[in-house]
Amino acid sequence: MSGGTNSTEMTATPATRVLGVSAVAATALMILLGLVISPADVVQGEAVRMLYLHVPSIWIAYGSFVLTSFSSLLFLARSKRRPDGGRHYDRLAGSAAEIGVLFTAITLITGMLWGKVTWGTYWQWDARLTTTVLLFVTYLGYLALRRLPVDPMVRGRRAAVMALISFINVPIVHYSVDWWRTLHQKASLSVGRRPEITGEMYWTLLYSVLTVTIIAAWLTVHRYRVIRLEELRDEETLEQLISSRRNEETADTAEPGDTI
Amino acid sequence: MLAEVLLLARKDLRIEWRAKVALGQVAPLTLLIVVIFAFALDANAPLLELGAGGLYWVAILYGGTLLTQRSFELETEDGNFDGFRMSSMKVHSLFLGKALALFVQICLLEIVLGPAILLFYDVQVANWALLVTAGVAGTMAFSVCGVLWGVMAAGLRVRTTLLPLLLVPVLAPVLLAGSRAFETALGVRADAGWSWTSLMFVISAVHTVVGLGAFGFLLEES
Repeated sequence: MSGGTNSTEMTATPATRVLGVSAVAATALMILLGLVISPADVVQGEAVRMLYLHVPSIWIAYGSFVLTSFSSLLFLARSKRRPDGGRHYDRLAGSAAEIGVLFTAITLITGMLWGKVTWGTYWQWDARLTTTVLLFVTYLGYLALRRLPVDPMVRGRRAAVMALISFINVPIVHYSVDWWRTLHQKASLSVGRRPEITGEMYWTLLYSVLTVTIIAAWLTVHRYRVIRLEELRDEETLEQLISSRRNEETADTAEPGDTI
Repeated sequence: MLAEVLLLARKDLRIEWRAKVALGQVAPLTLLIVVIFAFALDANAPLLELGAGGLYWVAILYGGTLLTQRSFELETEDGNFDGFRMSSMKVHSLFLGKALALFVQICLLEIVLGPAILLFYDVQVANWALLVTAGVAGTMAFSVCGVLWGVMAAGLRVRTTLLPLLLVPVLAPVLLAGSRAFETALGVRADAGWSWTSLMFVISAVHTVVGLGAFGFLLEES
């Protein structure tokens, strides 16, 4: 993801093409496993299939926000020591946050659809749901901060501090089902705890996590590249403006001589 | 450091005392919000009594955000932060001084708003100690969060819309805890009012620590 100047190199490499094709193939198999091969749940019926998108989405959102925080930390630590200001860490933080927000939105939408089928309502003011929507809005604020028309380094530093503070919400969302009495069920997959599901459902869920991870990685790489291209476009436009102004000045100074 | 904190807080309060924006404009506006809530709920007395705690904190959230915005506008418009950076004062003093000044201003707002809620919504106080402690805890949390996020939006052209977007999600737990504690203090809910009050003190402590760490960094860029 190094920043070159050739825009073709920056939008297409064999590695990312392979990643993209893998994402499409893995998604096709995920659809087959999730909708056809894995059985319906005894209690939840067909609604359980929503789980194969809902659970991986929130894990990807958590992962993306971890990446955002880690990149922000590196940006803050190295921005004054590197000649390029460590801008690639800032770009990575921004692209990961966008993917995190996208997957948090997917989590909320799939959760609401699942809630309508299972609980009979799209929304409940439950601790997990409420903290997730707050996480979503907090990172929307972060993205709004990133889009401000100010000096990129100033914007990057403020955004980095905000990313680090906003990350406090991630463990609160995850452990909300343990800390408060909630309608939302406990985590289906959790490190150091026996999974809540078994058999084909368990393997389908694990496979879905892998597939959604590939999709998210592919999207993050491309968002990073697009952000870099946008920066190059802005820099190029500025350079063009400066050079046209210089040309005007040269023409102005040459004019009296021409008339003589 | 305490002398610096008091000096900086006094500076903000003196400006406020001369301009009278908090008492002359923001307090009447929050009173208006209290009245508007009654219109929106069709002056339903039982419903207003039930929601008095929450409505109080929503009005404070709105008024407090305006005060936070003003607190930083004054500094950035005249380049006061540059003057501060050239002085020998500590950055931590500025953070605590601004938080103290904001705390006093929001307290003034609450002194106006509290009796209005009791009067208009016809609610009785069941536990004064809880009501006052929860009010202080919520105001402390609001002040430190306001200063931390206020400096984040300071000096930006879109700060008037950006600050509420950044601040409100952070203050949502304070709003929730304050509402629950007030409902207990007003006797409309048998809940763990003191636990909710403790949560607000914890939020204040966490944001104070984060603010002391990050404020200098953010100030460099504003």
